[in-house]
Amino acid sequence: MSTASKIDVSSAYAHALGLTIVGEENGAPILAADFAEHLEGRPTVLHGGAIAGILEAAGYAALHCQLGRLGRTPRLKPVNITVQFLRTGQSIRTQAIARITRLGRRNANIAVEAWQASRDKPIATAVMNILMAEKDSGENTGDTA
Amino acid sequence: MQNTSTEFDPKLASRYILERAHAGWLGLQYHDHGPNWVELELPWRTDLLGGPDNPVLASGPIISLLDMASGLSIWTTTGLFQPVATLDLRVDYQRPAREGAHVIGRAECYKVTRSATFVRGWAHDGNPDEPVAHMAAVFMNISGSAS
Repeated sequence: MSTASKIDVSSAYAHALGLTIVGEENGAPILAADFAEHLEGRPTVLHGGAIAGILEAAGYAALHCQLGRLGRTPRLKPVNITVQFLRTGQSIRTQAIARITRLGRRNANIAVEAWQASRDKPIATAVMNILMAEKDSGENTGDTA
Repeated sequence: MQNTSTEFDPKLASRYILERAHAGWLGLQYHDHGPNWVELELPWRTDLLGGPDNPVLASGPIISLLDMASGLSIWTTTGLFQPVATLDLRVDYQRPAREGAHVIGRAECYKVTRSATFVRGWAHDGNPDEPVAHMAAVFMNISGSAS
């Protein structure tokens, strides 16, 4: 029952990065992006911003999957992301997967990991906080902007 | 901040650094700079939106904008165009950028030590007093010998 593979990678930005779903683990999709010129920073090296973008997309993908299983469709509001850069990203395929550390009614805390040649040598990790506002409830969330 | 040398001109360097690869793809452009800060502009693009249901700029490109501005602010501050490696970068999003708006990202290099460089930054979509995001980042200085 591959729920993850049925979830679209979601955003135009994730699609533009070249991300595709290549697997699933513990209900979370594994995203992958092949190295491409538009992900490059210094020559032959993956750009830090592109790494952050891949991590963030994996975080959202895992959250969408889990919310889908729960039948929830809240509006998502990114609050923050903290990225740790551990190794230089080489000019090869990058993969990423997220784990939802905490999913509440109003907030999600998500840990993400990205790797290249070897799964046990992550190139970067991230922690994300996302707030959720239920669309249907008509609840006053205090910021309707 | 000790040596605000003029060896590195971010406006001039932007022509080369921003025209290619990831920065070129995003369309980042030089906007302004001072002794220890650089501002870049991220143009509005419909293929950089974050969600199918709301037309707001994804947060990823804003990280790239601030990361790129950080590197330029470090080189502007030190006057040396040497590679730096991002160790840790945090972005707090205050609100989504307005639809159709360009986003200005400003990074300020506030401390350079022998091994690490500290940068803070923020992004806005027209009014600097109402930022869309704040950033804090730490970079590792890579001298010629290290890899």
